[in-house]
Amino acid sequence: MAPGFLDRSRTVAPPGWSRWLIPPAALSVHLSIGQAYAWSVFKPPLESSLGLSGTASALPFQLGIVMLGLSAAFGGTLVERNGPRWAMTVSLLCFCSGFLLAALGAAVEQYWLVVFGYGFVGGVGLGIGYISPVSTLIKWFPDRPGMATGIAIMGFGGGALIASPWSAQMLESFGSDNGGVAAAFLVHGLVYTVFMALGVLLVRVPAEGWKPPAGKKPQEQQAQKPLVTTADVSARNAVRTPQFWCLWVVLCMNVTAGIGILEKAAPMIGDFFADTSTPVSASAAAGFVALLSLANMGGRFLWSTTSDVIGRKNMYRCYLGVGALMYLGIVLLGDSSKPLFIVCALVIISFYGGGFATVPAYLKDLFGTYEVGAIHGRLLTAWSTAGVLGPLIVNWVADSQEAAGRSGPGLYALALSIMIGLLAVGFVANELIRPVDPKYHVPAPAATAAQTAQTAEAMERAGQDGGAESKEETGR
Amino acid sequence: MSSAEKNIPEGPAGGTADAGGPPAALFVFTWLWVGVPMAYGLYELILKAVQLFTGG
Repeated sequence: MAPGFLDRSRTVAPPGWSRWLIPPAALSVHLSIGQAYAWSVFKPPLESSLGLSGTASALPFQLGIVMLGLSAAFGGTLVERNGPRWAMTVSLLCFCSGFLLAALGAAVEQYWLVVFGYGFVGGVGLGIGYISPVSTLIKWFPDRPGMATGIAIMGFGGGALIASPWSAQMLESFGSDNGGVAAAFLVHGLVYTVFMALGVLLVRVPAEGWKPPAGKKPQEQQAQKPLVTTADVSARNAVRTPQFWCLWVVLCMNVTAGIGILEKAAPMIGDFFADTSTPVSASAAAGFVALLSLANMGGRFLWSTTSDVIGRKNMYRCYLGVGALMYLGIVLLGDSSKPLFIVCALVIISFYGGGFATVPAYLKDLFGTYEVGAIHGRLLTAWSTAGVLGPLIVNWVADSQEAAGRSGPGLYALALSIMIGLLAVGFVANELIRPVDPKYHVPAPAATAAQTAQTAEAMERAGQDGGAESKEETGR
Repeated sequence: MSSAEKNIPEGPAGGTADAGGPPAALFVFTWLWVGVPMAYGLYELILKAVQLFTGG
């Protein structure tokens, strides 16, 4: 690897470089790190081969998600400063070496090494990888930021769809003892290294002054979108604005409501129709969960793309308002019609995924592109919070209802009503979002100076490296 | 990507035509690189989802 290969200045796209090569670069990272949601495949073999409890076998995943939130929040500024190639490389190294450490841990029966490798080291890879392509995609697609980030974040949903059957087949081949688990971890680490390398090699940032193709207007030039700013806000300033915290509440409420149903989907549909003429079998419940995964992934692309047309605030009105109505439909009529229950659940989960995918574009509208990746990283702490809140509410309420002698839909009515209340809170927070006060904007001369310094650095480096390459790197 | 957009060169400040752009084979390769695993995941998912309507 050439010295400085990872440097931001070395990733400036040459003239003619197509922006349509950036989504596959982003997808190669997101499809890989999305494996995290398929961790449950490894739980039973780990429990049997290392003698673990269910709680212990969940620990690597839980630590991984905690590290995702923390590394995204604290590493966002570094990602922004060092550029997407550096970030994707860090993600690759951490995520894949996490698998290799976990393989060693399983092979020598040292569970702490599995937790440290997959959860801690791999978790850093998750967080840095999640935010690594976001600001780059937004800069390449100023005319369609929702669609661009929707493609990448759809990959995070799709990653588990690939990893789940793939990992299961691997365990079937290698065996479910600790040696088989170690071999499966090892293959994961090696394959993901190759797969993610495409993103590292392919990713480029647009040259200064680059504009989308003729006829594609940057979004800020489109009429009647008062929340879309042409100014920039630093990450440091963004967290001081009410807009950031309103959006934090919006995301947290939307994710809490979605996770609530996602986490209990299989038992919930079984309980709802247990006393009807059309009970749901275990295999049908698994099919329902699979359908929800499809809605989660599809919603990320579909709704995020739609937000480019109707605006981010309107899109979140749908997620939160229509989502609440869907929950109400399940509470009032859910056990009367299986198709109605399924449709309502699919819409809710598509809104859950859509909320994740639309939020980077919402941040770009409010705070500009200057440090949108770093701001996004900080906002993801809402996800970590929701990941604890959602399952806690649904499980605690369902357990208490069961203890009170209720069964069937009655187990979930109160929890679902709480979700409607949370969505209402999110709806109000979304309504409170207004354009950011200009006092938080980065002064134009400072932003220009920063850009000039970056360009000068790129030119200086290019001059050292030699003629033809220098012209490509600076886009001149 | 619209067919019109495919033919529009991209580059600094609106772009000028440039013969040094990425070759078409690179597009096909990169999209297949991520598309084939996604198609595999979707296929496996649809197999499971069908059980919702056939599994009772």
